[in-house]
Amino acid sequence: MGYHLNFGAVWRDFDLLLSGLGLGLGLAIVSIFAGCWIGLVAAFAMNSKHAYRRRIASCYVTVFRNLPPLFIIVFAYFVLPRLGLLVGKIETFILTLSIYGGAYLTEVFRGALLALPRGQREAGLAIGLTEWQTKVWIIIPIMIRNAFPALANNFISLFKDTSLAAAIAVPELTFYARKINVETFRVIETWLVASLMYVAACYLIAAGLRFFERRLAIPR
Amino acid sequence: MFEQGTVLYEIWVSRWALLQGLGVTVLISLLAIVLGTILGVFVGLVLVYGRWVSRFAVRMYVDFVRGTPVFVLVLASYYLLTQIGIQLTAFQAGLFALVVFCSTHVGENLRGALQSLPRGQTEAAKAIGLTFPQIFVYVLAPQALRQALPAWINTATEMVKASTLLSVISVAELLLVTKQIVARTFMTLEFYLLAGLIYFLINYAIERAAKAAERRVALPS
Repeated sequence: MGYHLNFGAVWRDFDLLLSGLGLGLGLAIVSIFAGCWIGLVAAFAMNSKHAYRRRIASCYVTVFRNLPPLFIIVFAYFVLPRLGLLVGKIETFILTLSIYGGAYLTEVFRGALLALPRGQREAGLAIGLTEWQTKVWIIIPIMIRNAFPALANNFISLFKDTSLAAAIAVPELTFYARKINVETFRVIETWLVASLMYVAACYLIAAGLRFFERRLAIPR
Repeated sequence: MFEQGTVLYEIWVSRWALLQGLGVTVLISLLAIVLGTILGVFVGLVLVYGRWVSRFAVRMYVDFVRGTPVFVLVLASYYLLTQIGIQLTAFQAGLFALVVFCSTHVGENLRGALQSLPRGQTEAAKAIGLTFPQIFVYVLAPQALRQALPAWINTATEMVKASTLLSVISVAELLLVTKQIVARTFMTLEFYLLAGLIYFLINYAIERAAKAAERRVALPS
């Protein structure tokens, strides 16, 4: 075979890989945060009594759940500037990932909303809260606590989707891995280290979120 | 309507390229699902019934693959396999990555379905004197498949989505063909919308099929 493992080249650029991992995490955090807002609004729209709101929300979910994320990214990257919207690569990526993730989060929140006992809302109204106050102080907190496990899963899959940002040259982990690979030809080492970094990051995130989940869970 | 320079004209001119791209997309997805399912069934069976050594090895494989983004799998398999002396085309290398990815999804899905069956099923089957192969074929597998079917169909959507990743390693599937046509015609919005519509229709059809399957296989309650 004649291939000798030599991690030197990868270690030399390890700080680049780490910075890429950090950027990927940052992108995922911003996107899930934005996606949660979109998801909340769309989930309430889906349970709204106005038919047109339900229509719009379910159209949004159906369309974005069924499009390949790479396609949406490429679309946004090439089409937005044509329409006169000049935004940077990173902003474009965050925008697309939030909208894509938002479609999945809508389903999560919609399920959580349906699972809430009606009594919660009625009790809120009964003690004199307005419809809005009931939503903000009662429904949403309970809903988010119930939806937390699904939210955590979505966060991890969004984090993995940040690797797609490499396709539009956002300097995250996959981008640097490709760069190191092309520059040094240490193929096995580069991809082994890069994927182990992803695996480790996913594992740590999952462990951390499970810890939060236990803290947040509604005691029974 | 079909004069030179209009969108319809350009679509007509590039119809064969588009169809070919669509064909490659469908072919990649289909092959990935078929091969991935075959491999995935083994993965699932080992995860449930394997001895601890093989179970541990397969668990490592599944966790490693599921912890890595598909895009990284595709790139790694493209660059890596040629390096270690396995000469593959970009199509084959990309397909390999998708098959690996698909097998872990199918495996986990099957494991979940098998393990969710109540123990009483196995015990009852043992009590009436069935051997393990018989228990598996007549009692466990039919119930597990019923449960795993909707999620399995949804894996197909994942594969169609993942097939776009092969455009990055220069496999001329729908997304790459669209990029090439856009580079020629400068009709960015029009051709990307067309590609989006095609992707949407494929995945929407699969999603409908999954919903229909879910209704059909649901145990009457």
